[in-house]
Amino acid sequence: MRIYQCHFCSSPVYPGHGMMFVRNDAKEFRFCRSKCHKAFKQRRNPRKLKWTKAFRKAAGKELAVDSTLTFSARRNVPVRYNRDLVQTTLKAMARVEEIRAKRERAFYKNRMKGNKERQYDLDKKLVENNPELLRIREVEIAKKLAKEEARANRIEQDDEEEEEVSEDEEMDIESEEESEEEEVRQRVLLKNKRQQRSKRVL
Amino acid sequence: MQLTWKDIPTVPESNDLLDIVLNRTQRKTPTVIRAGFKITRIRAFYMRKVKFTAEGFEEKFQDLIGGFPNINDVHPFHRDLMDTLYEKNHYKVSLAAVSRAKTLIEQVSRDYVRLLKFGQSLFQCKQLKRAALGRMATIVKKLKDPLAYLEQVRQHLGRLPSIDPNTRTLLICGYPNVGKSSFLKCITKADVEVQPYAFTTKSLYVGHFDYKYLRFQAIDTPGILDRPTEEMNNIEMQSIYAIAHLRSTVLYFMDISEQCGFSIEDQVKLFHSIKPLFANKSVLIVINKTDILKPEDLSQERQDLIQEMIQGNSSIEIMTTSCHEEDNVMTVRNKACEKLLASRIEQKLKGTARVNNVLNKIHVSRPTPRDDIKREAYIPNAAKALTKYDVNDPNRRKLARDIEEENGGAGVYNVNLKDAYLLEDEDWKQDKMPEILDGRNVYDFLDPDIAAKLQALEEEEEKLEAEGFYDSDEDFDSENEEVQEIQEKAKWIRDKQQMMINSARNRKALKNGGTMPRSKLTKSFNELEEHLDSLGHDTSTLVNKKNAKLSANRYKESGADVVYNETGPSYKKQPAYKTDRLNDGVSDGSLRSKTDRLAKLQRRERNREARQGEGDRHATASLPKHLFSGKRGVGKTDRR
Repeated sequence: MRIYQCHFCSSPVYPGHGMMFVRNDAKEFRFCRSKCHKAFKQRRNPRKLKWTKAFRKAAGKELAVDSTLTFSARRNVPVRYNRDLVQTTLKAMARVEEIRAKRERAFYKNRMKGNKERQYDLDKKLVENNPELLRIREVEIAKKLAKEEARANRIEQDDEEEEEVSEDEEMDIESEEESEEEEVRQRVLLKNKRQQRSKRVL
Repeated sequence: MQLTWKDIPTVPESNDLLDIVLNRTQRKTPTVIRAGFKITRIRAFYMRKVKFTAEGFEEKFQDLIGGFPNINDVHPFHRDLMDTLYEKNHYKVSLAAVSRAKTLIEQVSRDYVRLLKFGQSLFQCKQLKRAALGRMATIVKKLKDPLAYLEQVRQHLGRLPSIDPNTRTLLICGYPNVGKSSFLKCITKADVEVQPYAFTTKSLYVGHFDYKYLRFQAIDTPGILDRPTEEMNNIEMQSIYAIAHLRSTVLYFMDISEQCGFSIEDQVKLFHSIKPLFANKSVLIVINKTDILKPEDLSQERQDLIQEMIQGNSSIEIMTTSCHEEDNVMTVRNKACEKLLASRIEQKLKGTARVNNVLNKIHVSRPTPRDDIKREAYIPNAAKALTKYDVNDPNRRKLARDIEEENGGAGVYNVNLKDAYLLEDEDWKQDKMPEILDGRNVYDFLDPDIAAKLQALEEEEEKLEAEGFYDSDEDFDSENEEVQEIQEKAKWIRDKQQMMINSARNRKALKNGGTMPRSKLTKSFNELEEHLDSLGHDTSTLVNKKNAKLSANRYKESGADVVYNETGPSYKKQPAYKTDRLNDGVSDGSLRSKTDRLAKLQRRERNREARQGEGDRHATASLPKHLFSGKRGVGKTDRR
């Protein structure tokens, strides 16, 4: 049992996954999924498709040359089983993987270095070159602020009125037993009144 | 070597040959010359004709010469046969004439092509061509006799029996009318004419039969008379040549009853005179027609005569047979075949070349010993110590089969192959090695010097860390307020720009609509106001101006309006195209009621009859025939 590499996108092909094509010169091609197999049949060049490992390595997007990558290789010399050797190997694998991850992170950081400054320069330039658009923005903001202020004022007013109404209600507590219907009618009236007022403000 | 000549192409008569070739020339070469052809083209035209005709003749002659056998190349038997049948010299001369005609035609063609190269006009070229073809025709016409002769030869050659001089052959010969043909008829399927008169058979006949799974041919020859060969006629000569040239067993037929018309003495004489031809051949004397007279019944003198024939040559034997009663025929045939086979093998052994051929291919090597030291095969001591395996011996060796039996037998016991592993430590044998770890193949990492490599990597890592490879040098302050504001503004600008682009695209996109000229586009005041407002301009003055203008144009009520309160008709005026059909043309109410009455009266009869009116509900046919029958053209699908 062995994890193979997809011939097209270099992703791992676990046992029971993907498919294998054997050309009539007995060369084996393993594919991780039908997407890769189809692309292969269409004679696509994996180096020209952005989603493949081959492209990412060729374009310098990923760590391609490193000493951690030399550990894993198919050797044509068979090695006899040795318990100590396998133990050290397993330990080494974990350690190598750790170092590789670390270096990959560093590689990515290095690759992205200076992007923020560059973006900031572009932003600054854009802002400098478009003063008329910025004026529209200022008007928008000013209107928004005015609207918010107006709303705040209205809420204040409403609160004041409601306070008054609640005082009335408190006074009416005794007469509450009169009839529920009347109360409902009153509330509807109140609501209408408030709506009318808000319309006037607008 | 060729033995039959059945596929010689037919030889046409000289006139036919001429017709064939000239006709072919006419068909296969261009025939029309038009005014305005260049002289070079005209010359080429005629040269082509001449060459083509010559080639046609040459081809024909070549086929002819190639088809006929060269009399010097064929087997001597066939050569002599052809000489007697067709007269060798005549044959040769005829073929030579054809060959000569071929070279002559070649010459003529060459000469006239050379002349045509310098032809000055169309007429001259044409005359040259005519002359050339004419000369060729003359040459061919002169071949009349040879061609006629060759055609006859061809027909005769085709009908000759296919006699293979090298195969197993029985040759039947003797005086005329002694029963040669009837014997052939008895032993083979050949349909030979048998008649009770001399010289029924005038040429060679061949029949085939199988003996011991081998194919034999029996040749029936015409009868021979006892006279010197110079006096013999063509028919007899054929037999003589067959006897002389074919390697075979000769069956000399005799008729002791003398019904054939020749006495026994004559027949014995003939035998003795053609005896020289029997050298190196096995000979069988067959006494035929025993149904009439048996050899025992002959007088002693005559019996002695017959016995005399075989004296001095032990290979000659005498047999008796009767073709008429088919008595003893097969014994004679078998005897003759046996003799033939024996003699053929004898002859083969006589030739040393064949034996040597086989001997040359065989080589048996006998190595000579280089010294006296004995070199014996090496047997290991362990093998020597092994005792012979015996099932009944209690101390016998334990075999894998015994182990299988102990552990449950076949189908239950499973051989543990791991026991045979060659490892450094016995304990490791049953270990299970992980194949995959964290998505990696363990075996790919398995390397005897992995420890050293890992050590090197660790050192490298330490060095890198010391150099500060992993230190982050982030000095860009994105938390700064100023920076954040600019980023926000830039984001807003980008969004705005994208929105503007999209709206412009939307505006410009045709989407099946026509483009309006810009001058015809209208924009409302509200739009203007909104736009200016968004740009931050104050629009209050504009709005005031507009309101002022609107109020200035409004109708103002005067005093009269108030006094008379004439606001005009309250209902909306009807448009001109809408008419009141109920009241049109009706002056007053009485007339109105009258028309109503009349209309009612008219409707009454129809209602009584329950006739269909326009107000009735009507369902049209769901499949109107005129729309669904017949072929559909290229046009619409709902019309035919």
